[in-house]
Amino acid sequence: MSNEGVDKSKRQFLTSALTVVGTVGAGYLAVPFLAQMQPSTKAMAAGAPVTVDISKMEPGQLLRVEWRGKPVWVLNRTPTVLETLAKLDSQLSDPYSNESLQPTSSKNPARSIKPEIFVAIGLCTHLGCSPTFRPEIAPHDLGEKWQGGFFCPCHGSWFDLAGRVYQGVPAPTNLEIPPYRYVTETQIIIGDETVETQA
Amino acid sequence: MKSNRLANCGNWVLDRLPLANLWNDHMAHYYAPKNFNFWYFFGSLALLVLVNQFLTGILLTMNYKPDAKLAFDSVEYIMREVNWGWLVRYMHSTGASAFFVVVYLHMFRGLLYGSFKHPRELIWIFGMLIFVALMAEAFMGYLLPWGQMSYWGAQVIISLFSAIPVIGDDLSLWIRGDYVVSDATLNRFFAFHVIAIPLALVMLVVLHIMALHEVGSNNPDGVNIKKVKDEHGIPLDGIPFHPYYTVKDIVGVAVFLFFFATVIFYLPEMGGYFLEHANFIPADPLKTPEHIAPLWYFTPFYAILRAIPDKFAGVIGMGGAIVVLFLLPWLDRSPIRSIRYRGGLYKKALLLFVISFIGLGYLGTQPATPTATTFARVFTAIYFGFFLLMPLYTRWEKSKPLPTRVTDQPTLEDRIPVWIATFKEMTVSQPIKTKNGTVILPRRPDLTGIINVTIRLAKKLKASMD
Repeated sequence: MSNEGVDKSKRQFLTSALTVVGTVGAGYLAVPFLAQMQPSTKAMAAGAPVTVDISKMEPGQLLRVEWRGKPVWVLNRTPTVLETLAKLDSQLSDPYSNESLQPTSSKNPARSIKPEIFVAIGLCTHLGCSPTFRPEIAPHDLGEKWQGGFFCPCHGSWFDLAGRVYQGVPAPTNLEIPPYRYVTETQIIIGDETVETQA
Repeated sequence: MKSNRLANCGNWVLDRLPLANLWNDHMAHYYAPKNFNFWYFFGSLALLVLVNQFLTGILLTMNYKPDAKLAFDSVEYIMREVNWGWLVRYMHSTGASAFFVVVYLHMFRGLLYGSFKHPRELIWIFGMLIFVALMAEAFMGYLLPWGQMSYWGAQVIISLFSAIPVIGDDLSLWIRGDYVVSDATLNRFFAFHVIAIPLALVMLVVLHIMALHEVGSNNPDGVNIKKVKDEHGIPLDGIPFHPYYTVKDIVGVAVFLFFFATVIFYLPEMGGYFLEHANFIPADPLKTPEHIAPLWYFTPFYAILRAIPDKFAGVIGMGGAIVVLFLLPWLDRSPIRSIRYRGGLYKKALLLFVISFIGLGYLGTQPATPTATTFARVFTAIYFGFFLLMPLYTRWEKSKPLPTRVTDQPTLEDRIPVWIATFKEMTVSQPIKTKNGTVILPRRPDLTGIINVTIRLAKKLKASMD
């Protein structure tokens, strides 16, 4: 054993090498630890499509179904409602749904495959509350400008009966439309991934 | 003989563990300023509530089931069928609100007496980290009963993260562990609520106290007591924490428990402020309650979020309202700590800040009508103005001369005769003969007296704001 001076550069090298190896090791371990909190295979598989029978729907009626744990609305719109929708463009922030999420088949003024039947995910695009269905015109609590639509009780966002967001409310985009298609005239299937979605 | 053995036993431990040092450093020979007042109760009370939350929390986990199908019913089971379950649960839920009451008052004390200033910046940082951990703990705990408010509150707060550009959506998915708030979310929030965050809280509390005892406590005069010491090196204005402040804090604990027990036994829901009505309905992922509001201690920040009409900017505003508090030690440029010797500008700014904070807190509980939103915007501007303009107005303010030693304030014995005199001034006594012939002297309000006292009070208030 020698009593000569300590070789500090060797020590420094060993310290640095150990730090680097240790950090890389911790980094590798962090991957499974963090990825463990991602949705599990089971949660990802749970998004099975839902079939809805619309044969018994009255005009103006709203159906709520659950798809992937989210509320999905199916609304039977009357011709009056469809006429009103066309007049609202100037008050909306994205009337032609260029910034919003919907399947290509629903990227049209009424935001649906068939104008009467409107399908949307019932969660506000602001912070995810489920807006309330308020079809009446100019009710006392919402004021004169209300032409019927969906009102979010959490932060006061306004949507029309095509799920299009009004100007000056916190929600940034229109309600999302899920992928869906008609199996028969009276039956739709929601969440069929073969339907192409785009903004 | 017997006591000797016990002493030997004790010495055996003391020879192997630095308990005596620990006790002396932090209790028997920790010299705290002798002029602590009412505002200095809340630190020890926060510690008491922390212990309460730990004990009741451990008991609750024995019967609670962190499963979306079982959670709501298990809480009702605790309330109805577990022996004394209702008491433990109410102690825990009331304790959560009590925690925020004492912590907000504790933080306000810091603003009053400049406890965050040099050399106590790190104590303030640790304290703020405790506050953030506490908010996370309270938020996650509120999901566990799996009621309507639990569910939709969590939905909204987790969605806040999705407002962050680029990574937002993946981040909120990672937090939830599912595409919506679900069983996976409940289970992991349970893990965070009972293990991860309590551990972090305890460590932060230890760091907070260690940092405090390293530099020494501030006091209502904001003067450094270590500048004037006796021949043993003990501050002349310092007294040992034990027994002086341990005993003083026991008085605080007794008064606190009086209020705490009143709420637990008579007002456990506090009119919907401590436990919200909608939370007595099981979570329904298809329907949001008509009026959703967070618990009272989050409402000031929630009102800021709602006041800003843009999703991302709103989230930035809400986060910024907390981040700006961390920067406080560097925003305040005045060399004077205590409000007693600071200029009128800071006093007026602090008053405005308190009004806007309480105003925001109230508005956060109310629906967002246009008028309410306007008020919330004004209050939000004042909230941020208080902090962001601080480097300017604290430089301009004219402070008063600072004493070298801590000052004596009027004691309760001095004050009581003054109060009695004021009461007598405001009332007038008229002899009245009762039916059975005895004469009584009832005191009635005296208008001129009341006016005089009010004017004096207003003048005093105005003078104290300069």
